[in-house]
Amino acid sequence: MVQQLGHLPMGWLMLALLAMLASGGFFVGRVQAERFAGAGSARVHSRPNYHGYYVAMWTFVPAMGVALAYGLLGDGIVRSMLSSELPANFQDMPRVELDVYLNSIARAAYHQGYSGADRVFSAITNRFLELQGLIKTATIVLAMVCAATGFLLAKRRVAPGFRARNRVEGGIEIFLFLCAAIAIATTVGIVASLLYESLRFFAEIPFWDFLFGTRWNAQTSAEFGALPLFFGTFMIALIAMLIAAPVGLFAAIYLSEYAGPKVRGWVKPILEILAGIPTVVYGFFALLVVAPAIRSVAIWINTTLISTGLASEPLLAAQPTSALAAGLVMGIMVIPFVSSLSDDVINAVPQTLRDAAYAMGATKSETVKHVVLPAALPGIIASLLLAVSRAIGETMIVVMAAGQRARISADPTADLTTITVQIVALLTGETEFDSPKTLSAFALGLVLFVITLFFNLIALRVVQKYREKYD
Amino acid sequence: MTDIAPPPFRNEKALRRLKKRRAADARFRLYGLSAIAFALLALSTLVASIGLQAISAATYHKVEFDVVLDPAVIAPKGKDTPADISRNVDGFYALIRSNLQATFPDAAQDRLTTRQLGDLVTRLAVLPTAKWVSENPTQIGQTATIKVPLSDDLDLYLKGAVSKEFRLRLGDISAVTETAPQQLQLTGAGAFKALESLVDVQRQEVGDAVDARSILISAGATTGRVTRMDEDQAEVTLLTGSASDFSSVRPTARMIALPEPERNVSDLQIAWTLALKEKGRISRVPHTSLLTHTDSTYPELAGALAAIVGSLLTMMVTAFIAIPIGIFASVYLEEFAPRNRLTEIIEVNINNLAAVPSIVFGLLGAAVFLGFFGLPRSAPLVGGLVLALLTLPTIIIASRAALKSVPPSIRAAALGVGASKMQSVFHHVLPVAGPGIFTGAILGMARALGETAPLLLIGMVAFVADVPTGPTDESTALPVLVYSWSTNAERAWEPMTAAVIVILLMFLVTMNGIVVLLRRRFERRW
Repeated sequence: MVQQLGHLPMGWLMLALLAMLASGGFFVGRVQAERFAGAGSARVHSRPNYHGYYVAMWTFVPAMGVALAYGLLGDGIVRSMLSSELPANFQDMPRVELDVYLNSIARAAYHQGYSGADRVFSAITNRFLELQGLIKTATIVLAMVCAATGFLLAKRRVAPGFRARNRVEGGIEIFLFLCAAIAIATTVGIVASLLYESLRFFAEIPFWDFLFGTRWNAQTSAEFGALPLFFGTFMIALIAMLIAAPVGLFAAIYLSEYAGPKVRGWVKPILEILAGIPTVVYGFFALLVVAPAIRSVAIWINTTLISTGLASEPLLAAQPTSALAAGLVMGIMVIPFVSSLSDDVINAVPQTLRDAAYAMGATKSETVKHVVLPAALPGIIASLLLAVSRAIGETMIVVMAAGQRARISADPTADLTTITVQIVALLTGETEFDSPKTLSAFALGLVLFVITLFFNLIALRVVQKYREKYD
Repeated sequence: MTDIAPPPFRNEKALRRLKKRRAADARFRLYGLSAIAFALLALSTLVASIGLQAISAATYHKVEFDVVLDPAVIAPKGKDTPADISRNVDGFYALIRSNLQATFPDAAQDRLTTRQLGDLVTRLAVLPTAKWVSENPTQIGQTATIKVPLSDDLDLYLKGAVSKEFRLRLGDISAVTETAPQQLQLTGAGAFKALESLVDVQRQEVGDAVDARSILISAGATTGRVTRMDEDQAEVTLLTGSASDFSSVRPTARMIALPEPERNVSDLQIAWTLALKEKGRISRVPHTSLLTHTDSTYPELAGALAAIVGSLLTMMVTAFIAIPIGIFASVYLEEFAPRNRLTEIIEVNINNLAAVPSIVFGLLGAAVFLGFFGLPRSAPLVGGLVLALLTLPTIIIASRAALKSVPPSIRAAALGVGASKMQSVFHHVLPVAGPGIFTGAILGMARALGETAPLLLIGMVAFVADVPTGPTDESTALPVLVYSWSTNAERAWEPMTAAVIVILLMFLVTMNGIVVLLRRRFERRW
C-alpha cells in the first residue's frame, strides 16, 4: 500500500491541489464579502474580489511553501534515510559509488518496481518506494494542514472594514520583488557554484600551478597549467578585435556622419543581422569555408617561400583548424557589437560641437577626428571593452574552428585552444563531479567569469558616466 | 586704383593644403564605405556558402525496387509478429540485395564486388519499408515497389559534389570487338578525337597526374573504363552492361578528376548507379525525411525531427519561466522599487548578467540543476531552466524600456480617478506597454533558440534516436544538432548541417518577422 503511494505523480498532484485550494479560498472569501457588500449596511472598504484574493493568498502561499520544500528537499531526505538504513557493507562504499547505486535504485523504482533476480536490490527498491510513499503522503497532509490554517485565519478577518485590497497589493509587491531578486539569486548561484567547485579543485592542484603552469593536459594526464589556454584566448580575441575594431568603428562613423537616412535605414538593420545569427552558424562557416581557405593560403605561402629560397622549411603550421580562422570569423561576429554602441554614442555627441568645428573651416573628417571622436571616446572604449568581453566568452566558434591543442605559438595558422573550448571538452560526455578533471572546468569558468566581469563593469561604468555627461 | 591683396587663405600654399585636406576627407569617407562593404560582404559570403550547401541537401536520390515481399525472407516462422517484421532489417535488406544482384548478374563474381554492389543502399534504409509492411500485413507475398535512399556517397556523386567531372559526347563507334572476357576494343574513325584533346589539355594543367584519372565511356546502361586509346580506337574494360550497346547508342565519355583510390565511390559503383539511372530507377525527390526522421549515423537516413521537437520543448520551458518572471521583475524595478542600495545592486546586477558569457550559465546549470538538485541530464527541462536564466536579463531590460516609454500622464490619470498604484500599473500601464514587452520577449526567445554552449554542458548533445515526448525525456536541440553533425567526418554531413542551419534560421527569421510586424502595427510616439 505504502509502496503504491510511492508512485504518486507529485508534480501534477500538487499543481491540481494548489489550484483547487486557491480557487476554493477565493470563492469562499468572495461569497462571504458579497454577503455584506450586497446588504449595503456598512461602509465596505474593499470590493468582494479582493477579499476573495486575500483568502486565496493565505490558502495558497503556505501550501506552496510546503510543495517547494518537497521539490527541493524531498528526494534528498528519502536518499539519506535510505542510505542510513542500508546494510553495513554499503556504508563503507565511497560516496560516488553509493550515489550511482541509489540512482539505479530510483530508476528501477520509477519503472513500476523491480522484479529482477537481485534480492538485495529488489528489497532496497521496495524500501525506497515505501519511503517515497511516506514522504509524499506526509507532504500532501502537511500542505493541506497549512492551507487549512491559513484559510481559517484569513477567513476570520473578512469584514466590511477590513482593508483587503491593501493587503493583497502588499502581497503582490512582495511577489514582484522576489521576481526581481531572481537576478541576484542567479549571480549568487553562479559565483557560489563556481567558487565551491573551484575551491575543491584548488585543494588538489595548487592555485599558482594552475594559473602559471605551461602544460595543459587535463584529458589524459593530470596536468593543469592553464597558461596556454589563456594565451589562446588572448590571441584569438586579439585577432577578432583587429578585425572588429576598425571595421565596426569606421562603419559607425560612416553611418552616423556620412550616410543619408535612407542608406542608414537599410545598412543598420543588416549589420544587426550579424548579431542575431547563432554563433554555431558562424562556427560552421569557419569550419566549412574560412579554415580551409586559410590553410590553402598558408600552404601557398610556404611553397612560395621555399621555392624562392627565402625559407628552407615550411614557415607556417597550416593546420586544418587555426587561430586565424576562429579569430577572423569571431571578428565578423563582433562587428555589430562595436558598431551599434559606437553609433549610439557618436549620435549622442551634441550637434553644436560639430557646428562649431565646421564654422572654423574644418572638413568633415577633421571634425570627426578632432571633435566628435574625442568627445565620444569613453563610449567607444566601452563598446570595445564589451566586444572584447564577448570575444573572450564566445564558445561555439572556437570549439568548432580553433582546435584542441594547448600550446603557446605566435603562428596564427597553428591550432590553439581556449578557456571555453576546454570547458566544453571537459564537461561534455559522461561526467562525474568529483574528479579534478571536471572540477578544473569550473576553475576555468571562474577565471572566465572574473575576466569578463572586469571588462563589463568598466564598460558599464563608463557608459553610465558618459550618459550623465550629455543628458 | 589699388590692387586688392589676395586673402590669406587663397595663396598657392593654402590651396595646395586645402586640396590635401579634401583628399584626406575623401579617403576617410572611403574607409567608412569599405568597412561597411566588408561587413556586408562577410554576411553575404556566409549566407551564400550555407545557402548553396543547403540547396544541395534539399533533394536527394532514391532507388526504386520492384520486389516480391517473400514471407520466407521477411517473416520466417517464429519471427512473424508485426513487431518482429518491423525489426527484420536483414530480411528486407536481403530482398534488395538479391534484386540488385539480379539486375547486375556480372557482379556476383567475387565477394568484394558483391559487397560493393550492396553498398549502393545502406542496410538500415529499409526500416521504413519494414514498418510499413508490419502495419499492412496483407502486402506480404505481394509484389511491391519500394523506394529507398541511395547511399550518401553516390548521392553526392550524382549531385556532382564528389569530384570535378568532364563530360563529352564521342563520335560513332563502327566496330566492337571482344579481345578477352570483359575487354573490348572500340573502333570508330575520329570517334575519340575530342577525348584525346581533353586529355592533352588536362596534361598541360596537371601534368602526368592525368593518367591516374578514370575515364568512363557509357552508352545506355553500359559503362566501361578506358585502359588505352588513340584517335580512332580505344581499349575498354567493361564494368557493367553488354558490349552491343556501344555500337547501337552514341556513347558519352566522362573523365573524373579525382583518381579512384582517393574517393569513396569506385568506378564500378558509379557504373551501376549510371545504369540504374538510365533505367529510370533513380529519381531525385525532395528531402522530406530531413523533417520527418530522427538522428542516424547514416546521413541519407538522418533527420532533424527529434531536435526540432527538443528545441520546441526547451523553448516552452524557457518561455513559461523567463517571460512572466521577466515582466514582473521589470514592473517592480520600473514602477515600485524604492531608490535604495538594494535596487541599485539589482540593477547593476542585471546589466552585468546580460553580458556574462553563456557558457558560464551552462556551468551554473551543470553544478546546480544537475549536481545539486539532481535533475535528469540531457532533458529539455534543465535546458529550458538554464536558457530562462540566460534570457531573463534581456527580457527585463527590454520590458523596462517599454514601461519607461509609457508617458507619466497615463499613470497620473489612473491615480487621479482613484485607482491604487497597483491598479494603475496592471490596468493601464502594462497593457499600453504590452507590444513593446512582447517584442522584447520574442527577441529574448530568439536568442535562446540559437544558444548552444550551455546546452552542451548539461548533456543535450547526446545521440537521440526517439522523438522526446515530455520535458524530462532525453533530447537534443537544433543548434546542438548543427554542432554534432558538423563534427562528423563524412562529406555528406556538410549539406545536411547546412540544411539544419536553414531550418534554424527560418525559425529565427519568423520570430524576428513577428517583431517587425508588431513594431509597425503598434509603434506609438507620445
